Amino acid sequence: MIDKKTIKHIAKLARLEITEDEADEYSQQLGKAMAHFEQISKVDTTGIEPLVTPTEIDDFWREDVATQEFTPEEMTSNAPAKAGNLFKVPPVV
Amino acid sequence: MDLIQASIVDIAEAVKTKKVSAKEVITQFIRRAENLNPKLNAYTSFNKDAVKEAEAIDVRLAKGEEIGALAGVPFGLKEMFCTKGLVTNAGSKILQNFIPPYDATVVERLKKAGAIVTGKLNQDEFAMGSSNETSFYGNVKNPWNLECVPGGSSGGSAAAQAARLCAGALGTDTGGSIRQPASFCGIVGVKPTYGRVSRYGIIAYASSLDQAGPMVSTVKDAALTMEVISGHDERDSTTSQRKVPSWSKELSANVKGLKVGLIKEYMQGGLHVDVQKTVDQAIAGLKSLGAEIIEVSIPMTEFSIPVYYLIAASEASSNLARYDGVKYGYRAEFTNLSAVELDDFYGKTRGQGFGKEVKRRIMLGTYCLSSGYYDAYYNKAGQVRRMIVNQYKEAFAKCDVILSPVTVSPAFKIGERVSDPLTMYLNDIYTTSTNLAGLPGMSVPFGMSAEGLPVGVQLTAGHYEEQKMLNVGYALEGISSVKGKTPNV
Amino acid sequence: MYRGYEAVIGIEIHVQLNTDSKMFCADSTLFNAGDNENTSPVSVGMPGTLPVVNKKAIEFAIKTGLALECEIRKKSVFSRKNYFYPDLPKGYQISQYDQPICEHGTITFKVGDKTKTVSITRAHLEEDAGKSIHQGEFTMINYNRAGIPLLEIVTGPDMRTPQEAADYGRTIRQIVRYLGVCDGNLEEGSMRCDCNVSVRKVGVEKFGTRTELKNINSFRFVEKAIEYEIERQIDMLERGEKITQETRLWDPDKNKTFAMRTKEDAHDYRYFPDPDLKPLVVSEELIRRIRSELPELPIAKKTRFVSAHGLPEYDAEVLTSEKDLADYYEMTAKICLNHKAASNWIMTEVLRELNSNNLEVKASPVKAAQLGQLIALIDKGTISGKIAKVVFMEMWKTSKDPEVIVKEKGLIQISDPLTIEKIVDEVLAANAQQVEDHKSGKKKNLFGFFVGAVLKASKGQANPELVNEILQKKLNG
Ligand SMILES: [Mg+2]
Ligand SMILES: [Zn+2]
Repeated sequence: MIDKKTIKHIAKLARLEITEDEADEYSQQLGKAMAHFEQISKVDTTGIEPLVTPTEIDDFWREDVATQEFTPEEMTSNAPAKAGNLFKVPPVV
Repeated sequence: MDLIQASIVDIAEAVKTKKVSAKEVITQFIRRAENLNPKLNAYTSFNKDAVKEAEAIDVRLAKGEEIGALAGVPFGLKEMFCTKGLVTNAGSKILQNFIPPYDATVVERLKKAGAIVTGKLNQDEFAMGSSNETSFYGNVKNPWNLECVPGGSSGGSAAAQAARLCAGALGTDTGGSIRQPASFCGIVGVKPTYGRVSRYGIIAYASSLDQAGPMVSTVKDAALTMEVISGHDERDSTTSQRKVPSWSKELSANVKGLKVGLIKEYMQGGLHVDVQKTVDQAIAGLKSLGAEIIEVSIPMTEFSIPVYYLIAASEASSNLARYDGVKYGYRAEFTNLSAVELDDFYGKTRGQGFGKEVKRRIMLGTYCLSSGYYDAYYNKAGQVRRMIVNQYKEAFAKCDVILSPVTVSPAFKIGERVSDPLTMYLNDIYTTSTNLAGLPGMSVPFGMSAEGLPVGVQLTAGHYEEQKMLNVGYALEGISSVKGKTPNV
Repeated sequence: MYRGYEAVIGIEIHVQLNTDSKMFCADSTLFNAGDNENTSPVSVGMPGTLPVVNKKAIEFAIKTGLALECEIRKKSVFSRKNYFYPDLPKGYQISQYDQPICEHGTITFKVGDKTKTVSITRAHLEEDAGKSIHQGEFTMINYNRAGIPLLEIVTGPDMRTPQEAADYGRTIRQIVRYLGVCDGNLEEGSMRCDCNVSVRKVGVEKFGTRTELKNINSFRFVEKAIEYEIERQIDMLERGEKITQETRLWDPDKNKTFAMRTKEDAHDYRYFPDPDLKPLVVSEELIRRIRSELPELPIAKKTRFVSAHGLPEYDAEVLTSEKDLADYYEMTAKICLNHKAASNWIMTEVLRELNSNNLEVKASPVKAAQLGQLIALIDKGTISGKIAKVVFMEMWKTSKDPEVIVKEKGLIQISDPLTIEKIVDEVLAANAQQVEDHKSGKKKNLFGFFVGAVLKASKGQANPELVNEILQKKLNG
């Protein structure tokens, strides 16, 4: 079990609105999953650097060259709401 | 020539030599797909321009232009692949109606090689699932038995390919999402080495694990498709700059003297009898072809499920933060936007736009990364991950490829395992460590269950050693009792 | 010192690196673009898009780090800073967190006549967010700025007065402009200054609770905002109130800082290494190359101008304020081989004309080499200093070389004693009465009058020394 207060805090961090029922459900399911995943604490990992990219890949840096491949219309064409070529959202002042 | 049952290699050859027009090929496949799709729900949408695009290939051929390796070959694409002008939804409501203004690099490369996109293929939402039951666009059915799942997350790709609703398909594999459905549907599925194939334009689930690959009917088709989609991409700095080998030309079924490893920790029973039987037959087959079977040990494999889920969920929680109702995709309905609080705007949009499994994993990942837990979960998982990679490196110093089951059982019934997420997660036992270690892996159809469901075996090899793996797969394919068997839809 | 309190100030400056394209994609960084014109799938955070680092941005970061005497990390890591805000397209900002590219530097600068040294804790690379525009009942988002490379330079809590803070900022601005990594334009937001301010009773070691001041777009305002904040905090403490750790915005119209509306939730950014970007590995060779290309920095230049060129402190300070100006001076001096004169001409004539025409030194119609030639003409005696000023103004108007103007206008100095004597004789003849008055001693100080009259008669071209000499002989001899 992960307590409901924690679940609600996590949901808020993740910006997911959840119902009381969902909070109950997650508290159980995530609790159960985490209890299982917890077993990695048994592994002695002293001095081991965590791994992110698993294979050897050469470094690649872009040259500083500007290009324009897209129009602002294309970039805003999927917007749920817009004004001209700007994305429209609730007031955030 | 039976185009529908033909291999990619043969179709491309026939089109290039003008034995058949690209238009004829695409017309036959689209017709079949449109007819049978209602039964399977493998396609989420069709490319309306497919015939026009095929005609363009024919025109170029008529002019004597050189067309690539996939000339006129109809390819279906998982919903994870961004396609310019075609809806790309990742199986999610939150991306419904999203039309990318760009193609994923692999899509660009397929097209450049002459492939024709048939349409988009259903999948688990954001590739989170192993049964295609988390898609917002409905279940996909297994063409071998409509009551069974096709596997997941690339379930639409596997079902469409098995039922020949396309000549080739692309899937993505984060923890087994190509190999497991390939096994369930009786096709060849390859997950290349991490860094072999560009991820640009492929909707991200877990960036350090995701890799795209072919889901096709033969090992040679897989090799050919990989040649087309692999290689460095300037838009993805996690792609290797190594030269892409000519896998399909180098393909050899000669496995004499090759060392095939079996993972000791995987041999503890608990396998479905038909899976066990299929694996045993594959081992016996390779032995008879002159391969040497040895035992290797990956002790850390015991932790691959926890490590996989901790890392995948953490990365996913961040990768999916961009779905916020601002730039594209779903936005919750608000009667008066000007009176909406920002947190409410996000909470409702994301709460309604994501399905249950996706929310579960976002929650899990957010929890793992949150203050006070990072070291115990995400960081620790990364450390164990390094240990897993190191153990694989040791194992591949002793053997050329590793053979193992793909899944614990053949395809299961729709609805059978949805109730408990953890049980579902534990099914991924044989596939996740391949992704954690960045290894190439593939599923080759090799057996059939008593109920008539296909069973594959899994091969993995060291980093960038796809050729060895494909060769063993090719050898197995040659002696497979199920070769050429297709479902009756 | 303020009423028995001491202020403790640390500064974070976001320096917008002057690259042509963004930190992680090829969008243009030009300032005056149309709405969302400088965007692409990467900068709008579209699904499946990936970041690829800009080599130039890395080089600029290293360059700045070296100028600030930082250690450059051989391996630095881009992390994701996760939070939701509409101007943040991906739901996270790519930034360096626990392994920044530059660390442990210092910077020394003048505050009044004192020398101040401030520690640079770190300088890390990150991407900028987009811009929120508040229009009526809604907010509009423009992602043109999203993804522009920033170098965030963070000091230790080492400053004690608002003036130190402002001078620190000015010095950073001067350095990044010298390096050519940033245009230093605060109004356009190319540099953004956040100040952490706290106060403590003199003698107390423990830091007080700090506030972070944002939205300050000039160094004068840095001074004013900190000044205000120090007084506000002391007032609160004196009233027995507690300081809340918060972000405050500077309002330049009201000359006050205001608490930003805060969220109840403390931030939890859930930093983790970005799996789309491998750790940034910088070779010793690259660092060596950049170090060797580092320009001479203002302080070293100033010292050299004083000790090697013999310029006064003040002049050296002014001439080194901008690299372009220092370069202009050095070029001028190189041509005329006269440091003092070069400095004097620039400090007076050139700067005056630049200022009144609102021009950058690069845009000066008189090029450094031309100014050098002009000074050389004076030093050779070809023209007089007085004529030179006329020539200079003509050069300013026409951008012509000084020799050309001197020739065209016939301004060459008359140094032939016979010719001058002739003019002197004419002037004396024309002013017989004054000659009389001078000789009888009736009027004093007439000598200057004659010099002026002769010069005038020669249209300023007569060599003044010869004029003096000949007049002396004729009048007093
Ligand atoms: Mg900061
Ligand atoms: Zn910053």
